[in-house]
Amino acid sequence: MYHSYWFQMLIVLLTLNIVVCSIDRLSTTWKIVSIKKPPFILSRFKNNGDNEYFVDSRSAEQLKDIYEPFVSKGFGYIRTEQTDNGYSIFAEKWRWTRMGVYGVHLSIILLLIGALIGSFFGFDGYVNIPEGEVVNSITIHNPERTQSLDFGIKCEDFNVTFYDSGTPKEFRSSLTIIEQGKPVYKKDIVVNDPLRYKGINIFQSSYGPLPPNEVTLNFTSKKTGEVYKKKALVGQPIDVPEDGGKFILKDYFNSYKFRGQPIGEAFTGILTHKDGSSAGIVLSLRFPDFNRMQKGDMVVSVAEYAQRYYTGLQVTKDPGVWFVYSGFILLIVGCYITFFMSHQRLCINIEKKGKKCSVMVSGTANKNKFGMQNKIKRISEKLIDLKQSSLT
Amino acid sequence: MNSSLVLSITTFIYGFAAILYIAFWIFKKPLLGRLATWTAIIGAVCNLAGLIMRWVESYSLGFAHAPLSNLYESMVFFSLTITIVYLVIERKYKNRVIGAFTTPIAFLAMAYASLNPNISDRIQPILPALKSNWLIAHVMTCFVGYSAFAIAFGISCMYLFKQKDTEGKSSLLAHFPNARVLDELNHQMIMFGFLFLTIGIITGSVWANSAWGRYWGWDPKETWSLITWFIYATVLHARMMRGWSGKRIAYLSILGFIAVLFTYFGVNYLPGLHSYGSL
Repeated sequence: MYHSYWFQMLIVLLTLNIVVCSIDRLSTTWKIVSIKKPPFILSRFKNNGDNEYFVDSRSAEQLKDIYEPFVSKGFGYIRTEQTDNGYSIFAEKWRWTRMGVYGVHLSIILLLIGALIGSFFGFDGYVNIPEGEVVNSITIHNPERTQSLDFGIKCEDFNVTFYDSGTPKEFRSSLTIIEQGKPVYKKDIVVNDPLRYKGINIFQSSYGPLPPNEVTLNFTSKKTGEVYKKKALVGQPIDVPEDGGKFILKDYFNSYKFRGQPIGEAFTGILTHKDGSSAGIVLSLRFPDFNRMQKGDMVVSVAEYAQRYYTGLQVTKDPGVWFVYSGFILLIVGCYITFFMSHQRLCINIEKKGKKCSVMVSGTANKNKFGMQNKIKRISEKLIDLKQSSLT
Repeated sequence: MNSSLVLSITTFIYGFAAILYIAFWIFKKPLLGRLATWTAIIGAVCNLAGLIMRWVESYSLGFAHAPLSNLYESMVFFSLTITIVYLVIERKYKNRVIGAFTTPIAFLAMAYASLNPNISDRIQPILPALKSNWLIAHVMTCFVGYSAFAIAFGISCMYLFKQKDTEGKSSLLAHFPNARVLDELNHQMIMFGFLFLTIGIITGSVWANSAWGRYWGWDPKETWSLITWFIYATVLHARMMRGWSGKRIAYLSILGFIAVLFTYFGVNYLPGLHSYGSL
């Protein structure tokens, strides 16, 4: 469903929607943000409901000289105007943060473009590789097809370890990348640590058991009681000790039925005596003494065998990932700016009142007015305590 | 003294804090309020200590992992974050009545995790898929987001109660912050929660890409977290673009929190890769 044409169409439409809405509103915001000389209207500040007022006994010029450096430290833009009976110090900061919301929407556009690129130019498939074998292509579902790779993936070894409780601890595949017959790259992969090569990503996804093909057999002599250990590969005849003929391992069964009764995992084999007669033998893994009753001088049983696995790998390619990741970063930064940084404006109006001065501290912000109120209170308290010597 | 004991004690401390906050709301005695705050602080400290102890204990058991990997651990962490975020708000807005609507959520989460017989508090070895540093970033940011939305939910409920009493007759409601402040706080909490949910979804996505080969797979958890994200994005757009405020925003905030609950609990009943939080 998510790779279908109509889903891709929806993503394109959503992208267009965001682009159009952004362009529609951007010109107004840009005019506000790119202003060279910000306008300040004193009466607007005076009409603010949350202004702070206090009286200071120093002269207006003294106060202006003390306040200006203090305000410059906290606000990027400062301008002092002389009024009829005093001074007005105007300051503002973070006007540019009004553009934050466009950053957020641009980031969404990046995400959508990344998704479209991945959808058109990427793939997501699976392959099972038995230990020791190489594959050159993978299977993709939705739509069902085979995707060939530019290189071969060889599974040298697969290993699974468990905790004491039986739950899986780690799945590990040792992989080699083979190009034109030569190994070019080797890596062990586990879940959470994939192999990345030429834009293709190979992930440890699952695994499964395979019929074992190499077995260590016990040949127990009925006459002498001696036990001989011999390695055997499926399909390869080996000599039976004490001149007992030849034995060949034939097949492996997960659940073998002996005369109708299931006896679990077993191998079958053919024992050919020196005189040419042969007998079919069942080597039960669960019941090692299964063959004791059979005819012949040797009792054959399985001593041990190496469990063989196939590794289940997920193989993907997504050229759009970097668009998506840059979208992610921009989204986080954009949200932070949009929510928690506001365009703040400050006005400190100093008016001569006889020998003293009446000071008004006023501020506005386009977001979080409650926070701005608190900031004005704190600025006002600091201004009251500001002494001449604080110019250091 | 092991982590399970400490966390069980924390449950009762949170319960006691919730009772004190509710008593303060009803009886208005300042002493009750101060005791409530201190109880909540002690609860948060014990909660944090319990989590750290649990982390250390997992080392001695041979399968070290951050205590964020299953339902029990995530609920315990959720209680911690909601209490801390609430205490910060209490300090900034200087109103303890909000505590009566938020600390009970912390208590209920801890109680559910600790007392439910189906939820095991045994430290278990971690599945291969969760063995990553992304686990910490992803789970923590998601839960900070969820806590903010839970508090927004509590505040929205308070707003709706306060709105009903337009004549100021109820003495219970008189002690609430005024409606404008509740609305503003709802907005702040939703923005904070939205930022953290965004970071949570993003860290999850980057982690999924490095572990599973795709940054978005539309599994139930991913889909429902996106639905939750869209609901809160709608709240923000409605407020900022359409000037919605007050009652309509409060209802949307409550709807968003229901989506949060489904994203957290509900998806565990659906099949998928994300069932780590299931029982």
